[in-house]
Amino acid sequence: MKENNIAVKVEGLTRKFDDFVAVDNISLGIKKGEIFGFLGPNGAGKSTTIKMLCGLLFPTSGNGFVGGYDVMKESEEIKKHIGYMSQRFSLYDDLKVEENINFFSGVYGVSKEKRKERMERVLEMAGIKDRRDAITKTLPGGFKQRLALGCAILHEPPILFLDEPTSGVDPISRRNFWNLIYEMSQAGTTIFVTTHYMDEADYCDRLALIYRGRIIAEGTPNELRQEYMKRDVLEIELDKVVDAMEVLDRNNIETAIFGSLLHATVDNAELSIPQIKKILTDSNIIVNRIEKIMPSLEDVFVTLIEVS
Amino acid sequence: MKLLRVKAITKKELIQIWRDPLSLAMAFLMPVILLFIFGYAISLDVDRLTTIVYDRDKSSISRELIAEFRESGYFTVVSNVDRPEDIDKYVDSGRARVALWIPEDFSKNIRTGKNAELQVIVDGSDSNTATIALGYISAVSELYSQRIRGYITPLIDFRVRIWYNQELKSRNFIIPGLIAVIMAVITALLTSLTIAREWERGTMEQLISTPIKTSELILGKLTPYFLIGFIDVVISVLIGVFLFDVPLKGNVFLLMALSSIFLFGSLSFGILISIIARSQLVSSQIAMVTTFLPAFLLSGFMFAISNMPQPLQIITYIIPARYLVSMLKGIFLKGNTLGLLVMETVLLLIFGLTVFAIANKKFKKRIQ
Repeated sequence: MKENNIAVKVEGLTRKFDDFVAVDNISLGIKKGEIFGFLGPNGAGKSTTIKMLCGLLFPTSGNGFVGGYDVMKESEEIKKHIGYMSQRFSLYDDLKVEENINFFSGVYGVSKEKRKERMERVLEMAGIKDRRDAITKTLPGGFKQRLALGCAILHEPPILFLDEPTSGVDPISRRNFWNLIYEMSQAGTTIFVTTHYMDEADYCDRLALIYRGRIIAEGTPNELRQEYMKRDVLEIELDKVVDAMEVLDRNNIETAIFGSLLHATVDNAELSIPQIKKILTDSNIIVNRIEKIMPSLEDVFVTLIEVS
Repeated sequence: MKLLRVKAITKKELIQIWRDPLSLAMAFLMPVILLFIFGYAISLDVDRLTTIVYDRDKSSISRELIAEFRESGYFTVVSNVDRPEDIDKYVDSGRARVALWIPEDFSKNIRTGKNAELQVIVDGSDSNTATIALGYISAVSELYSQRIRGYITPLIDFRVRIWYNQELKSRNFIIPGLIAVIMAVITALLTSLTIAREWERGTMEQLISTPIKTSELILGKLTPYFLIGFIDVVISVLIGVFLFDVPLKGNVFLLMALSSIFLFGSLSFGILISIIARSQLVSSQIAMVTTFLPAFLLSGFMFAISNMPQPLQIITYIIPARYLVSMLKGIFLKGNTLGLLVMETVLLLIFGLTVFAIANKKFKKRIQ
């Protein structure tokens, strides 16, 4: 099972906590150099899966390989060949930026000769060269995140696991972070990233959607849109979003709020547009615009969850 | 095992301790404070016993007797009373521990060569002090009666020589034992926090995702606290010798070498607690309970192990403080050499290695 272009391959991975099945019979295959997005709401089993792949959590059952090493038997070998960034910031808050980098260099066994150069590269990459003497606690969230990423790649691992790396970070920092991930992927690193931000899903080469411990869809972002969205999505711009939602709900039309807009999922756009207009106008709601749109991944996900 | 990784952990721990005033205080201030508090508070010496006198004789001879008691240094006359009921009042309320009742025919009997009686009442609620007080009383009255009758050569001439702690100062044997007790508590307490802290702060999750080995992690964590413990022993010994005037008869290097063996075991014990408990609060409490009480009561620090019931005596063998107490007392007071402390050294080594091995086995690089 050590195919040359496969970075991660697991089958039937399951983890139970007493009676609760956190991850239920998951199978995954990730190619080398791919950015693989693992999407799902909080509590769906994303972190549990990533921890099993990193050798931090023992699977209840299943088998497979990460970087060519057995997930059931060779977790310590796996740890030599991966970088892991946990959901919760887990560097040392009371250490300086440089001290954190030095510490992880030591723990990853980076040789003395290479340390200086790696340190500079990480500081450069994370854009914190002028903060090298700052106590980590004092860094803004985005800087911390990039430092954590930097510390996870000091030993230049071929596979990188990122567990919700951008949660709680401002949009610009998120964009910067994704640029870093792209660069690393370009350089050949395989990246497994979990997120619950649907807009980030489009950055990934391939995706798996996980819900209640099971994978409910898998493919490239476009495949997911086409394959799972047989129905049409309408975007409606109006003044009373919440009222409109209630009205449509009563008429058995599926809706979801997107900011100040309302999305409705229907079988046929041509038939439904006049129908919806009428319902809303009858309820004294002014419709400014209603049109068929390309479904976003969030639409796909909402539909998939409703189906399951 | 890579020294590189051990060094990384050690360095990180040292930086963290250095930056945290609370850790620093616990590492260096707490042992000193404990040594001072207990060093001054615990004294088994009985002197200046509060004494009242009910002198019905009121003669020059009775006053001479009272003066004899006073000048011995062991008795402090707090009051003279005129009624026997007052004796009850003083002893009941604890204002006096000893009462001397001199009957009215006391001087008459002495002058006529009869046996003169002297009644002494001792508060027996503290049996230890009472026993010692009785010893003093009979010694003082013995001396006095010898004096007034002219010196008589006794049949057996005791020439008692006390070895090791000639002045019989309790401080001399308390301080070395106290150093052992304090070190037992401090060391286990210090390391009991280290692993639990990383679990609580979430930093352990990152650490166990790296290729670090359990033994590297534990050794890396032990080293900084070993240095701290070593410095603490040096400070405590210096305080003992120079501030408490305890004579150090044996070899300082032997003392430090044997203390180091103790530090290894005791620090490993703290790490083991930390690994099992995973919470700083729980592990520090376990560390306190499992070190302080046994070290205080069952180590031979205050109470001789040979006087304990058999089952308790057996338990003392698994208390590392026991070995350090006898090592420190032996080296301080008797000038013991290694040859006399072989058993303690070997058992302490076994303790340390066993606990270290268990800690290595118990630590799992996984989230449970």
